Amino acid sequence: MNYTRRTKDELAARVAQDIPEGATVNLGIGQPTLVANHIPPSREILLHSENGILGMGPAPAAGLEDYDLINAGKQPVTLLPGGAYFHHADSFAMMRGGHLDICVLGAFQVNAQGDLANWHTGEAGAIPAVGGAMDLAIGAKQTWVMMDLLTKQGQSKLVAQCSYPLTGIACVKRVYTDLATLACTPSGLQVIDMVPGLSLQALSELVGLPLSPA
Amino acid sequence: MIDKFVSSIEEALADTRDGATVMIGGFGTAGIPDELIEGLLAQGARELTVVNNNAGNGEQGLAALLKAGRVRKVVCSFPRQADSQVFDGLYRSGQVELELVPQGNLAERIRAAGAGIGGFFTPTAYGTDLAKKADGTLKETREIDGRMYVYETPIHADLALIRAECGDRWGNLTYRKAARNFGPVMAMAARKTVATVYSQVPLGGLDPEAVITPGIFVQAVVQIPRVATQAGGIKA
Repeated sequence: MNYTRRTKDELAARVAQDIPEGATVNLGIGQPTLVANHIPPSREILLHSENGILGMGPAPAAGLEDYDLINAGKQPVTLLPGGAYFHHADSFAMMRGGHLDICVLGAFQVNAQGDLANWHTGEAGAIPAVGGAMDLAIGAKQTWVMMDLLTKQGQSKLVAQCSYPLTGIACVKRVYTDLATLACTPSGLQVIDMVPGLSLQALSELVGLPLSPA
Repeated sequence: MIDKFVSSIEEALADTRDGATVMIGGFGTAGIPDELIEGLLAQGARELTVVNNNAGNGEQGLAALLKAGRVRKVVCSFPRQADSQVFDGLYRSGQVELELVPQGNLAERIRAAGAGIGGFFTPTAYGTDLAKKADGTLKETREIDGRMYVYETPIHADLALIRAECGDRWGNLTYRKAARNFGPVMAMAARKTVATVYSQVPLGGLDPEAVITPGIFVQAVVQIPRVATQAGGIKA
C-alpha cells in the first residue's frame, strides 16, 4: 500500500479547515499551536488563551517581545484590536461554562468513546503536570485531538482502553491524525477521511479496532 | 486617613509566620511578584505552603525559596517546565509535598475562598486521578442534571503576594496585560494581600470603571521600580 503521512503543517492545515467562521477556539500547547498559522485569512476566529486572553494574535516581531503578554506555552504573543484580558477564574469559566466552541489538544491516547489521556505518563520519577488540560477537555463544546496515529514504536494511540492516566471521560469528539481523521462516537470510531492510498481495512489493521465510514 | 502604601517590602511582610499558606500570583513569569518573593526569602518564615500556578522558574524567585528549604508544600497545576529543575529535584527526593490541581479548579477554589463559598461541584477531573484525595480515596461526587461533578473545597491563604501595575492609597489596583492572571482571585482569598505596583496614583487617578481589584481586597501596597518581565518556562 502506497500512502504518505500528513506532515505537521499539513495536519495543522487539516484541523484549521474544519474551524468555522466566528468560532472561539483554544489551541493547546505543542502541536495544536501550529493550527493558528493555517486559519484562512478570510475567516474571523477568536483565539482564547487560558492565562486570560481572548483575541490572541500571532507572535511579535523579533525585538518586540513583551513577557507580560504570553500564551499558555509561555511564548510571547500579541493582542488583536478588540482583544481582552481577564483573570484566571473568568478564563476557566469560559471553558467550564461551555462558552468556548472548540479546543484542540495533543494526546498520548484516545479511546473509541472519546476518553482522553494526555497529561501524565504515570512513570516513576515523572513530574505530574496537568495545567488546564482537564478543564479544557470537558469544558469546550467540542474537544478535538491532534496527534500522530502511531507511537514511535508503531503502536496505535487510538486504543480500546487508555492505559495512561485519564484527562477526561468521553470528551473527545474528533481525532485528527497524520493518516486519517476520525470521530469518536458511542458506537465506536468513524472514519471521516484518510490520506490518499490508505484503505479502510489497512487503517483498521493499524488501529486494531473496528472502524466504520462516517 | 486610609493609606495602604507601605514604604518597604520588609515592613509589609514582617508579620509572616512559620507554617503560613502563601498565594503567589503569576503564570509562567507574567505577574510573578519577584520582589515580594525575595522579601519573603529575606523575612525568614519557614514551613510554608505555597499556592501558585507553577513551581518556580530557573534559580530565582519561587525557585530560590524552594531551594532555601522554606517550602513544605506546593499547591499548583503545572510544576513541570523547561526550567523547573529546583522543584523537580526536591519533589523527586521527597523534600516537598505536591498537591496537583487542575488549573481551573485551582482558580475557582481560590475564588470560592474569597467569595465565602464552602466549595462547589465541578465536572473537571471527574473519573481521573485528580478526583482523589491525598489519601487516595475518591472525592465526593454528585450527578446534577445527568452530568457527574466532583466536590472541590475552597483554598484560603494567610498571605497573597501579587504584582499589579497601578495602585492608589485605598488599595485599588489595575494590572498589565496577561500579568493579571491569578492576582484578582488571590487578592480576595487571603487574609492579608500585599501588592507591588509600578505606579502610585492619587485617589481618583484610576478610572473607577477600570479598577480590576477593588481596594477592599488589598491590605498593603508597595511601589517598586519597573523592571521588564523576563522570559521563563520555555527552552531558551
